[in-house]
Amino acid sequence: MDISPVFFYVFAALAIGFSLSVILKKNPVGNAFSLVMVFFAFAGIYAILGAHLIAALQVLVYAGAIMVLFIFVIMLLNADEPSFDMGRSHIGIKIGAGTLCAILFCTFVWAIKESPINIPAGRFTPEAIQASGGNTQVVSELMFSEYILPFELTSVLLLAAIVGAVAIAKRKLGKN
Amino acid sequence: MALSEFQVEPWLVLAFCSAIFFIGLAGLLIRRNILVILMCIELMLNAVNLTFVTFSKIHNHMGGQMSVFFIITVAAAESAVGLGLVIAMFRTVRSVDTDEIQLLKQ
Amino acid sequence: MLAWIPLFPLIGFLINGCWYAFFQAPVGGRKAHATLPGIIASLSIFASFILSLLLFLQLKDMPAEARVIEQTVFNWMHIGGSSGFHLDMAFRLDSLNTLFTLVITGVGTLIHIYSIGYMSHDATPGRFFSYLNLFCFAMLMLVLGASLPVLFLGWEGVGLCSYLLIGYWYTDDEKASAGKKAFIVNRVGDFGFLLGMFLIFTTFGSLDFVALKTAFISGHGALAAIPAGVSPGTITAICLLLFVGCMGKSAQIPLYVWLPDAMAGPTPVSALIHAATMVTSGIYMVARLNFMFSFSPTALGVIATVGAFTAFFAATVAIAQNDIKKVLAYSTVSQLGYMFLACGVGAYTAGVFHVITHAFFKALLFLGAGSVIHGMSEEQDITKMGGLRTRMPVTFAVFAIGWLAICGLPPFSGFFSKDEILWQAFSSEHGSIFLWALGAVTAVMTAFYMTRLFYLTFLGQPRFKEVAGPGKSHAAHDSHGHDSHAKPKDGAIHVHESPLSMTGPLMVLAVLSAVGGLIGIPHMSWLEKWLEPVIPEAAEAATHMVPSMEWVLMGVSVLGAVLGIAYAFNLYKDLAKAAKLKQRYAGLHKILENKWYVDEFYQGVIVRPIFNLSQALWKNFDVAVIDRVVLGFGRVTQWTGQSARTIQTGSIQVYAFVLLIGLVASVGYLIYGLV
Repeated sequence: MDISPVFFYVFAALAIGFSLSVILKKNPVGNAFSLVMVFFAFAGIYAILGAHLIAALQVLVYAGAIMVLFIFVIMLLNADEPSFDMGRSHIGIKIGAGTLCAILFCTFVWAIKESPINIPAGRFTPEAIQASGGNTQVVSELMFSEYILPFELTSVLLLAAIVGAVAIAKRKLGKN
Repeated sequence: MALSEFQVEPWLVLAFCSAIFFIGLAGLLIRRNILVILMCIELMLNAVNLTFVTFSKIHNHMGGQMSVFFIITVAAAESAVGLGLVIAMFRTVRSVDTDEIQLLKQ
Repeated sequence: MLAWIPLFPLIGFLINGCWYAFFQAPVGGRKAHATLPGIIASLSIFASFILSLLLFLQLKDMPAEARVIEQTVFNWMHIGGSSGFHLDMAFRLDSLNTLFTLVITGVGTLIHIYSIGYMSHDATPGRFFSYLNLFCFAMLMLVLGASLPVLFLGWEGVGLCSYLLIGYWYTDDEKASAGKKAFIVNRVGDFGFLLGMFLIFTTFGSLDFVALKTAFISGHGALAAIPAGVSPGTITAICLLLFVGCMGKSAQIPLYVWLPDAMAGPTPVSALIHAATMVTSGIYMVARLNFMFSFSPTALGVIATVGAFTAFFAATVAIAQNDIKKVLAYSTVSQLGYMFLACGVGAYTAGVFHVITHAFFKALLFLGAGSVIHGMSEEQDITKMGGLRTRMPVTFAVFAIGWLAICGLPPFSGFFSKDEILWQAFSSEHGSIFLWALGAVTAVMTAFYMTRLFYLTFLGQPRFKEVAGPGKSHAAHDSHGHDSHAKPKDGAIHVHESPLSMTGPLMVLAVLSAVGGLIGIPHMSWLEKWLEPVIPEAAEAATHMVPSMEWVLMGVSVLGAVLGIAYAFNLYKDLAKAAKLKQRYAGLHKILENKWYVDEFYQGVIVRPIFNLSQALWKNFDVAVIDRVVLGFGRVTQWTGQSARTIQTGSIQVYAFVLLIGLVASVGYLIYGLV
């Protein structure tokens, strides 16, 4: 693929390192900040893959909104409490999970590498995208034409999520 | 650009995606803090997103990017509800340890 | 408009039933008053009566051949294509069932009104009147139905209502089991009816009465012959199977046993269902299908013989009964036997005629008996009555008319119909001197036992203790409940005449019993002419006797009745003489008193073995095998669940781990397929 290998390797290394930090660090605030870094690294990879709108959304939604939500919750729940001190899972599960994940990962890599990737002549070659005004414009036009129904449905989903989150998280009325 | 002579093989990007995915999965299994578990889920979602975008790039097809857009929406909704649940759980058992909520236990 | 005849009682049923179910049953039915539900029920059946009358007049104005009013209410079922089975919920009024409709609604109205008085002290009158209305609905559907399935619907409906009303006081175990007995015995008959109906459908391909009748009509429009391709044996089988249904519903040997027990129900019920209407539905069906029955001399012979024997047999039992309602019940069985005797000799008109007159005088007798029972504070034993003539003058007078009518004395209604039956039994081509003799002997016995009943109840000296000063408490009666004149400790009772709501219908029925016979005077019978379109002259058995014979036989039967009455008067004038006679024939009397031990015979031969078999099957098969298998399945499931539930640790991590194992397994399978 015609992407810059240097940037890809840098971002990939960053992402893998910080995601390991996400799952291994004990402090939830630390986990959260590692996650932000992973998100940024992903945004970089999106950008070098040509998905500029997704990259922007990644920063805005993930690194911005979702992470803020996480941090808020951690603060709300007082992360300093001892209940946050985790990491004493059953050793068998730890080893078993690690082994199985490693096996699966190897299988996946092997399968990906062995599978032939046919490259059909899709309509959206980088040149075509360039010609029709860049990635963002192409995505937007598709969103409001071909994908209008799922797009509208996501609004319903978001509304349901808002109502649901409020209903779950709010205190019961009458209980102070 | 001089660097563009070096090409990244597509399988390498996909292998990177699965690496992140399985790191997330492993975290899901070994951590007991529900907040961290939610973060691991976000990790796995991101890995999948990147797979989509990679295939979009390989195939010159926009469907992958559209999917990512919708997955981001779903992820946002999911974390909103999930964090709401965390708050409700914390209010009930004063903890975010998944071992504290074992209501399904026999 | 026709459909409204059965619909009015249905509406009454719904009003009373809902009112009872939603407002009275929840509070235990206490504080219920009989007047309002009674008036609603009476009005709804009265509306049907008015409508029947209007339609009757409308029919009367039509030319004789076209006297049919039809209405299809809705399409009941449609199976298969255009050539498939098609059945409409259709009603058809013609000259035969208009008579039945008038009797049902007319007598029904009177009995409803009577019930207002009779049931005034009951706890749940709403339930009673809703059942009564439901019965009228089903009965009207039975007679108005244009096809056998609609008739069958009514047939089953009246059976259900009969069951509900016999067991109306269901807290009494004996009464509840009387209801069950009626229902189960009827089921045996209904089975035959159903088989007959199936056979009709497979033979003729239709169940509509008109379509069936058309099959029997030749090109000239007259009843010609059995349709081509149908063997006489099939016709006989159909007729006999249908007659099995009639045996159950109309209480003929051997399925009559339920009717005497059915007297456990309230007396108006006995009058309406078990004397005037429901039990005559068998005769209605035979008369309705006369075109078919006429082609099976075998079936007619069976019907006539069964009818004659039932008439005779029931009369013998009635002689020795002491319960006033039991006597009337056996008398009803006996009279039903007469009706079948008439149908069996091909004299359907005479049978229908007797249905009508019997409805009048038997309803009168039952309601009169009800009035007596009411006045005697629920006493039903005639040996403990006597001398009621002065104490219940109105009841006495109307009962006397009913008594004379059933004895067959001219000019009361019973005379005409019974005499017509006897004459036909003697003279028709299907009849014989043997059938006539059985009928005539029965007539004498009828006169005897009815006179016995009448004498012991109303004449002679009182054989009960009476409360002193009847005049004073009489005036107070209407405002007091039954409790106020319940039997005092010493067994003394206060006898009183019934209220107007009860005596009024009695008087109307008395008039009808007296003059009802005039519609069928021999040789100038209005009834015969009226029924011509349905029961053609050809179906009526042609007589082959000299006409003067008819007068001789008439004289014989009247003489027999007079002799029976006179003998009974003579016998019961002096009770010691009656007791001596009883002593002399103690063995026979005991047999008669125990109803020929038929109930015991059924108990031993049918009920006991079935009961024992069921008991054995229950204990040895149901409990030992089926229950064990079922419980075994339950135990295995329980054990599996018990052992499997330890997997549920409640730990999310373990669950996720198991999920991962599943994922590995699936991926492994896919990769294996790939390699």
